[in-house]
Amino acid sequence: MRTRLDTDALLQRLALLGVVAYLAVFLALPLGTLFEKSFRDHNGAWVGLANWLRYMETPSLVASLGNTIWVSLLATAIVVPLAFVYAYALTRTTMRFRGTFRAIGLLPILAPSLLSAISLIYLFGNQGLARWVLMGNSVYGPIGIVIAQVFYCFPHAFLILATALSIADKRHYEAAEVLGASNARIFLTVTLPGVKYGLVSAFFVVFTMVATDFGIPKVIGGRFNVLATDIYKQVVGQQNFEMGAVVGMVLLLPACLAFAADRWVARRQVALLTARAVPFTPQANAMRDWLLFAFCGLIALCILTLLGIAAWASFIQYWPWNMSLTWRHYLFSNADASGWSAYFNTLQMAALVATFGTFVIAFGAWLVEKTKGAEILRGVVQFLAMIPLAVPGLVLGIAYIFFFNKPGNPLGFLYGTIGILALNTITHFYTVAHLTALQALKQMDPEFESVSASLKVSVWRTAWKVTLPVVSPAMLDVWFYMFVNAMTTVSAVVFLYGPFSKLASVSIINMDEAGFTASAAGMGIVIVLTSGFAKILQSLLAAYLAKRTQAWRMR
Amino acid sequence: MAHLAVDKLSKSFGAFHAVREASFTVAQGEFVCLLGPSGCGKTTLLRMIAGLETATSGRIVQNGVDITNFPPSKRDFGIVFQSYALFPNLTVFDNVAYGLRSKGSMRTDTRARVEELLNLVGLPGETKKYPAQLSGGQQQRVALARALAIQPGLLLLDEPLSALDARVRQHLRHEIRSLQRRLGVTTIMVTHDQEEGLTMADRIAVMNAGQIEQFAAPHELYARPATPFVADFVGTTNFMPATFVAPGKVAAGGRELAADTPGGLSAGAKLRICVRPEDILVRNVTEGAANRIEVSVDELIFMGAFSRAKLGVAGGVALQADFSANLLRDVGVREGSRLTVALPPDRLRVFAD
Ligand SMILES: Nc1ncnc2c1ncn2[C@@H]1O[C@H](COP(=O)(O)OP(=O)(O)O)[C@@H](O)[C@H]1O
Ligand SMILES: [Mg+2]
Repeated sequence: MRTRLDTDALLQRLALLGVVAYLAVFLALPLGTLFEKSFRDHNGAWVGLANWLRYMETPSLVASLGNTIWVSLLATAIVVPLAFVYAYALTRTTMRFRGTFRAIGLLPILAPSLLSAISLIYLFGNQGLARWVLMGNSVYGPIGIVIAQVFYCFPHAFLILATALSIADKRHYEAAEVLGASNARIFLTVTLPGVKYGLVSAFFVVFTMVATDFGIPKVIGGRFNVLATDIYKQVVGQQNFEMGAVVGMVLLLPACLAFAADRWVARRQVALLTARAVPFTPQANAMRDWLLFAFCGLIALCILTLLGIAAWASFIQYWPWNMSLTWRHYLFSNADASGWSAYFNTLQMAALVATFGTFVIAFGAWLVEKTKGAEILRGVVQFLAMIPLAVPGLVLGIAYIFFFNKPGNPLGFLYGTIGILALNTITHFYTVAHLTALQALKQMDPEFESVSASLKVSVWRTAWKVTLPVVSPAMLDVWFYMFVNAMTTVSAVVFLYGPFSKLASVSIINMDEAGFTASAAGMGIVIVLTSGFAKILQSLLAAYLAKRTQAWRMR
Repeated sequence: MAHLAVDKLSKSFGAFHAVREASFTVAQGEFVCLLGPSGCGKTTLLRMIAGLETATSGRIVQNGVDITNFPPSKRDFGIVFQSYALFPNLTVFDNVAYGLRSKGSMRTDTRARVEELLNLVGLPGETKKYPAQLSGGQQQRVALARALAIQPGLLLLDEPLSALDARVRQHLRHEIRSLQRRLGVTTIMVTHDQEEGLTMADRIAVMNAGQIEQFAAPHELYARPATPFVADFVGTTNFMPATFVAPGKVAAGGRELAADTPGGLSAGAKLRICVRPEDILVRNVTEGAANRIEVSVDELIFMGAFSRAKLGVAGGVALQADFSANLLRDVGVREGSRLTVALPPDRLRVFAD
């Protein structure tokens, strides 16, 4: 039997259809076009696997596949243990300044990936202050890439592991202690198994980030080729779109693997912590705490140094010959024609992405969670919403070129505008935002809508009066996440900007390419400051929300 | 005419049958309880009546209208969930007024009505608090007031008291019942607590594994359980294996007993006999009394007003019997004493096995 639909249910289904259409146009169809393109030649004729065969016969392209894999593995192997110890110190010890260390550990999130590469050039490049450290090796190439990636990926691995480590049941530790297990044994038998899914997740997330990042190898890769730079060269350099499509599909592989692993982990991780678990409270241990303090101090120092060098270098007259200070590198128009307008474009785009994106994503998540019935439609939205996690920005970027540039696409007018950059960026970061919103919605009593129905109140009113106020802190988190990512993203937008929509992160690449490294660093610092400012704003807003709309949480 | 008639209502989740062909009626103003162990399908049945689950088959008729396929918003009911589902960010006032505002009543009317409702549920003057600032019992009352605000023709309660501690539960049981009587609102309540069902309901539908095993008034249910499950689930009972001898005669533990036997049995058919602990007679068991048995008092557990005795029967199963403090004193029963008790034939229930 079927329940007749009331107006609310009908409207919700229509809205779900709208979200499906949105995700189809801005995600599925572009990806489909990219896939198809890899089987066609320059004139659009079907050539089957010819492009793929040519790819495999081109030694330089295959070499970059190997390069990508080993560089990613190496960076991952360095960053995950570092982040684990850092996270362990912050969650499982009574070490001092944990809050400060946490903030510093997360700082790199505020910067575009390539800023760390620029700092490394100032430190170890041809004119670097500490060139001697590399003992004659060049920083341009795998060494620079790996160090910069470690810096860039650190906060992401740290966040995943800190979350995993903060979920601990004190009773397991007490039981182990009562049984007389040694500290080492407790660590191996209780701590590690408890976070093994976190470790797996961190491993795959970092691997994918490194494999698909474009900014760092572009700035510091030198003649060392990786997949991400290959795509750029094929598409922007040689206008060889077909080969770009093939490389893009290849680049999807590690990300798809990581995605599958991540889903696998997510499924296993449910109910690690039962409702009756007793939260773990760390005990003091002077020796361990001091050792970890030294370790965290070192890491924090590295992070601050790398950021500090970029900031400092952006004020230096002429590194390293004339070390006097100047503002002149901040007159960006001397370095790149777009000048400061690139920054304002970025600001405009980030505001659009954060505001419109949060709205669309939250609305989609709400529909998935709160529509009664309509299993198929909800399943389709949920499925589409998960895809962006597996699609690297570069791939999404060229997919957009192919799709929106296709003659006859009625949405072609978007091409080269801020609008398409914003839509692309929203899609790029859709999944995490969607999951955050969904998580917040799932924490609400599922019967609110049933009560409303019995009281003859529409679901929309309940969404506005109850759901939205209750989830507003999570919405603020989503807003900030989207904003910062839009501020710092390079990979997708590097293909999509037009003459009047160049972004700050792209302008960093151009300025660096043209030899205006100090201005590139300066623009990076402006982005960091803007993201940091947004973070402060978010904290203030969160505090305000807590006082205004969350008063009911107090007892 | 019945206010609500549920006819052969079924619900399956995939291959699993949560509710099977449930049928019962609720008269105008009646208080009906759906009683059964956890997982037997009570909530599912209630949710189908509310329109929150779609029935797989069967019919629901309210006030003569077939509402089986109506969405919840088109049905006439108020509901209180086990979790109360109070809106955490709204004050008590706004929670109770939630359904009133949408009906477009005037502000002053709303205020008066909310205060009236809060008085009704015994929670005057707490309008400005948030749900998290209330005790469980108070939250329960707010949920009740919110459900009653729209003057529903049917009130649905899903384990409304199960989250509360014993004292509050006792008290609220009584209050809900008298409130329901006063308002005359037709009510269906789900519970797994037989005592709650027995004390509150006009009629009880006892459910087991998705089926309604018996639908009857509490005393009827208790005195004449239709199935062994009902006998066991409602109150305490002794089960004895037995065989059919002749109409009115059964054999158990090597002796013959007189009992009302169901028709259509052949000699030697396996039976189960039930007798409630309080129905085992000790006083005035005369020579000619039916179903006399010699027993030994193996164990005596003090339970306050009465004591529960474990009686050993030669060649049979042990029986539980309840002895009042009075009886213990008068007859002088102690652990180890031997007694002659009687199992009154009209108190024995016989079920074909
Ligand atoms: N949405 C559902 N999907 C699958 N099984 C369900 C669903 N809802 C309830 N059930 C199953 O139906 C049975 C009856 O559930 P329920 O009506 O909640 O029981 P009760 O309220 O009597 O404890 C349970 O075994 C439960 O697991
Ligand atoms: Mg239930």
